[in-house]
Amino acid sequence: MNRLWTIMRKEIFHIWRDPRTLAMIVVLPALLLLLLGFGISFEQQSVKMAVADFSKTDASRRLIEKFTASNDFIYQYDVLDEEALIDLINQDLVDVGILIPENYDRDLLSGTQANIPIYIDGSMQPTDALTIQLKLNSITSIVAQDILIQKVQKSGLATSIEMPVSGILRTLYNPNGDSKLYMIPGLIAILLQIQTLILSALAIVREREQGTMEQLIVTPVRSWELMLGKILPYLIVCIFNLFALLWLSQLFFGVTVAGNLGVLIGLSIFFMLGSLGMGVLISTISQSQMQAMYILMFVVLVPAIILSGLMFSRENMPPFTYWFSELLPVTQYLEITRGIMVRGVEASSLFLSSTLPLIVLSIGYFVASFLVFRKRI
Amino acid sequence: MGIVISTEHLSKQFSKRNAPLVLDDLSLSIPGGILYGLVGPDGAGKTTTLRILSSVMLPTGGTATVMGYDTRKNPDLIHKQIGYMPQNFSLYPDLSVGENLNFFADIQQLPSSRKPARISEMLRFTRLEEFKSRRAGTLSGGMKKKLALACALVHEPQLLILDEPSTGVDPVSRREFWVILAEVVQHGVTVVVSTPYMDEAERCHQVSFLSHGKIMATGTPNELISALPFNILELKASPRKKMRQIVGETQGILEWRPVGDTLRLAVPNNGATEQTMVSLQQRLDQEKMRVSLLRKSRPSMEDVFVHLVNTQRGQV
Repeated sequence: MNRLWTIMRKEIFHIWRDPRTLAMIVVLPALLLLLLGFGISFEQQSVKMAVADFSKTDASRRLIEKFTASNDFIYQYDVLDEEALIDLINQDLVDVGILIPENYDRDLLSGTQANIPIYIDGSMQPTDALTIQLKLNSITSIVAQDILIQKVQKSGLATSIEMPVSGILRTLYNPNGDSKLYMIPGLIAILLQIQTLILSALAIVREREQGTMEQLIVTPVRSWELMLGKILPYLIVCIFNLFALLWLSQLFFGVTVAGNLGVLIGLSIFFMLGSLGMGVLISTISQSQMQAMYILMFVVLVPAIILSGLMFSRENMPPFTYWFSELLPVTQYLEITRGIMVRGVEASSLFLSSTLPLIVLSIGYFVASFLVFRKRI
Repeated sequence: MGIVISTEHLSKQFSKRNAPLVLDDLSLSIPGGILYGLVGPDGAGKTTTLRILSSVMLPTGGTATVMGYDTRKNPDLIHKQIGYMPQNFSLYPDLSVGENLNFFADIQQLPSSRKPARISEMLRFTRLEEFKSRRAGTLSGGMKKKLALACALVHEPQLLILDEPSTGVDPVSRREFWVILAEVVQHGVTVVVSTPYMDEAERCHQVSFLSHGKIMATGTPNELISALPFNILELKASPRKKMRQIVGETQGILEWRPVGDTLRLAVPNNGATEQTMVSLQQRLDQEKMRVSLLRKSRPSMEDVFVHLVNTQRGQV
């Protein structure tokens, strides 16, 4: 126990002695949260739209109004032919082009179906394109519906018509569709993952590169004392980071912890220990800092950012990718931070899906690092 | 004191596939209380031997017993009793001299009642008192070695294993370091030191020559020198080109090598030494050479080293 404390004290010395690194450890995750928090949680802006109105009638102007009424679309350009419309999309000046045919008004009156070509820039992010398509579709249906109702009323079949079915939407947890509420808890998870992994992986491989490992081997210090002594100071650093990140989320983004803070912190410590263990595992199988950096970037961090569900939904991933991401503790932890911070759920309701896997994975990586870590060169 | 270190048929091979043996059937026996030198050229296997003895590395075959314990089975018991100083600087550069000593005293579990006294004793002993609060990374090469020695000694080990402690250190610091080592031995600590320098080998009580992972010879420096099958003549004459030519033509000279502007000639010590000297003198006189030195000299460890390496090359 004394030896464990000796190693810990030495490690704390190392951290304190190097003010520049200390500043980076403390400040960079916070800065990154602000940068990414403001950057990624960018609200969906109005879609720029160009219109080629060949009809130039009241009916066509009403149609355009329907699109612009909700502020989802902005009437940016007025063009004269189809070619100019497509040119604007090519130049990425607009995302949507609507072409209203010359006989639009006449078709409406005569009762034939009026076909309105709508062009969409398909090169944008697929989910954005999908959203725009849905919006366009629903606006055109509403327009069609309104015209149908007018016709029915004019024909005298009914004086007033109610739609037979109306869906009443109630959005739980995030009623305003604030993407910050979705992104910030995920960012916290990813930042802590980066932090824990780099700190522990480099701390041990540095000892080997410095040659001090050889000197430590000939002391009676036990492997577990050495490992734990190196990990615990960094656990303290990471817990500090967690509090800083939670505080900043509230201060700058108004994202608070809806659920139980104690449970969040408890599970965070599990996650940190597992990730720190993973770092030790990486540094045990690497001979140099270079190798350690490569493994932790290419095997863990980049997959963690892309596959953990921070930005892209994991539901449609092929099985191999899905299960690879399941093995990253951050995937589970991200579900937990979102669950507790946004939905305010109890850890028990996520028990089978996230809490249990997180605990099992964390203990697994931690124990594996103990077993692999050897006091020999 | 009895035998402190013994190895039997020790071998070490680094990679599995047909790699040459780094250590080849190495058997050693080192008595306690002496300054023992493991001497040999670079790549002879000195570091590997010391690492195995310190139980930092496992041998491929054979056994090593240190302080009565098997290095494979009881590394922890060995580590408690030995001090080990690796070849490269292996202390924490961002910790001060005092903090490094403190750390190693704590990790070696020196009782806290003994600690302050022992640390100041070590600082005084290695003449590092005034640098106590300097960061280890900013020390000079010689001071780093002394600090490493102090850290290896702080827990009062019975056996001290030093891997090339004076490589990369200036001559004055080297001398000082060896004076300190002699004091350590006086305190009853067995010291095993590896070195590629022959002047240092001469300071050891017992020396083993290691080459290509094999022990070539073991003994006191005097024993090794008297076991040489030749005497050494020193010759200094001018013009030098002519001197070399004469030496090359004279019968009974086994080999010669220049040291500065002097030639060291190896002549068989079968009683013909005087005769060779006389005939050499005659030739030099004939050629009207200016001879400033021609005398019998004591062979040095360097001669032993060159002889052993040449013999081994002849065998291969």
